[in-house]
Amino acid sequence: MFETSELNIKNQRVQRLFKILFLLMTMLLIAPVLLILGTLIVKGGSVISIDFLFTSPTDGMTAGGIFPALLGTVWLVAVALLISVPLGIAAAIYLSEYAGENWFTRIINLAIINLAGVPSIVHALFGVGAFVLFFKFGTSILAASLTLAIMTLPVVIVATRESLQAVPFAFREACWNMGATRWQTIRRVVLPNAVSGILTGVILEVSRTAGETAPIMFTGAVFFTPFLPQGIFDQTMAMSLHLFVVSTQVPGVPENLPYGVALVLIAMVLIMNSLSIAFRIYLRGKKKW
Amino acid sequence: MVASIQGAAIPPAAQTEQAAVKLEVRDLTIRYGNQPALSNVSLDIREHEIFGIIGPANAGKTSFLKTLNRMNTFNANMHVDGEILFNGLDIRHLKNVYALRSRIGVVFPLPVGLPMTVYDNVALAPRLSGIKDKADLDIIVERCLGRAALWDEVKDRLDSLGSLLSGGQQQRLTIARALSQEPEVLMLDEFSIAVDPVTTMRIEDVLKELKEEMTIILVTNLVQQARRLAGRTAFFLNGECVEIGETEDLFTGEIKDRRTRDYVEGRFG
Repeated sequence: MFETSELNIKNQRVQRLFKILFLLMTMLLIAPVLLILGTLIVKGGSVISIDFLFTSPTDGMTAGGIFPALLGTVWLVAVALLISVPLGIAAAIYLSEYAGENWFTRIINLAIINLAGVPSIVHALFGVGAFVLFFKFGTSILAASLTLAIMTLPVVIVATRESLQAVPFAFREACWNMGATRWQTIRRVVLPNAVSGILTGVILEVSRTAGETAPIMFTGAVFFTPFLPQGIFDQTMAMSLHLFVVSTQVPGVPENLPYGVALVLIAMVLIMNSLSIAFRIYLRGKKKW
Repeated sequence: MVASIQGAAIPPAAQTEQAAVKLEVRDLTIRYGNQPALSNVSLDIREHEIFGIIGPANAGKTSFLKTLNRMNTFNANMHVDGEILFNGLDIRHLKNVYALRSRIGVVFPLPVGLPMTVYDNVALAPRLSGIKDKADLDIIVERCLGRAALWDEVKDRLDSLGSLLSGGQQQRLTIARALSQEPEVLMLDEFSIAVDPVTTMRIEDVLKELKEEMTIILVTNLVQQARRLAGRTAFFLNGECVEIGETEDLFTGEIKDRRTRDYVEGRFG
């Protein structure tokens, strides 16, 4: 009754083959991550110290620390988030919960897709034209963060919209049937259950914002400034630009310094991502349906 | 909790020698795009009756329910023509659909326990209508869960998630939630599909009691369930209301239409 036929054997062999193939592809994916991290730690690890993190560059940026750049990146990311998160979440709520299936919605969706596809250097030029020159913010944290915010807006919108859509439609229907308005339904049922996905999207956006170079190099970030930023109208150094500068623009930088800068930058991003993953696991444990 | 429709309180339904008419449906036609779902249905649903609607899948039963509390507004593809009077008031053009919906409780085929605690599930509708006082809410929650025959099973875990109750319990939770609206009409759409027979019988007993306080519309694909509960029953078939009459008449040969008898006797459907 359970004899193995020729066909069975062949099927199982093919199935094993494909499993191994897919496994190999997955391993290939991990390789670059490990190689990058490994190289950075080996070459840049020796540079890292408390002093490196909390002092300014010295000797024409060939020595000293990275504190102004580190602080600058925190400023840029924080201000960009303050702008893009409320805007993006509001837009996503509209698109997911209010918008009907019509030409207006389709145009907005098309705009979001296109916004996500615009190269970052184009965003940079737009930022210069719009925020630095037209709104007269000058090269400042505000102009740079606005540029970053616009660039990352699609990420927030898409992540938020997807986590809103993941809340079963039956929940909304049950709520509407009770006489709840759309907003009451969103506030009491949809948002509380979508918040984990939204936060995950936001944290992922942070890691992307922290690493961007092009959008900030004409709008607010500078090669070098001895001053720490005091407010949103100051210029600032930034980690990503600083890495570019010490790697290519300044002669006489010790070989392991750029690796150290890169290691700190990637560590910032990885820490944010780990937080996001930990948070997701925590919330999944509290999954309610 | 008494909300008002169109700004004015609903006048008490006209007193007739018979039971007053709660819902009056005239020439109701429903289309999805160009696809007709229900055509030219006219019927009256009387106060304090259990009105059964039977019929095979795709007969238009659920679409019919959706138009009664204007849930069709959420489906741009759904077109509704005809007149629906609730307590004598035309609901088609009323602005405050929320007041209408809060007067009509709905129970779905698959239980929908909202992802919040048992307590919050039942307290949601009162909270939406502005009741904040904890003591008031406690009373409502206990009363509604009690009437839905669920209180004894959940009174010690009101703080656990409603969506984690068993299927039968969730369906009773849904009923308790509908009751917390203090509805004038309770619509049940094939409530027993995902519920075991014992729970089904318990819910049926609950419905018989609730009839004293409200009007119940019972959509079911169990012909015998309609026979057990409904005073009058309509038979829907392929978007047409084939027959409306005293439920017993459908089973005892007083039927005008051949198709109704075939369905009731289980020859198709």
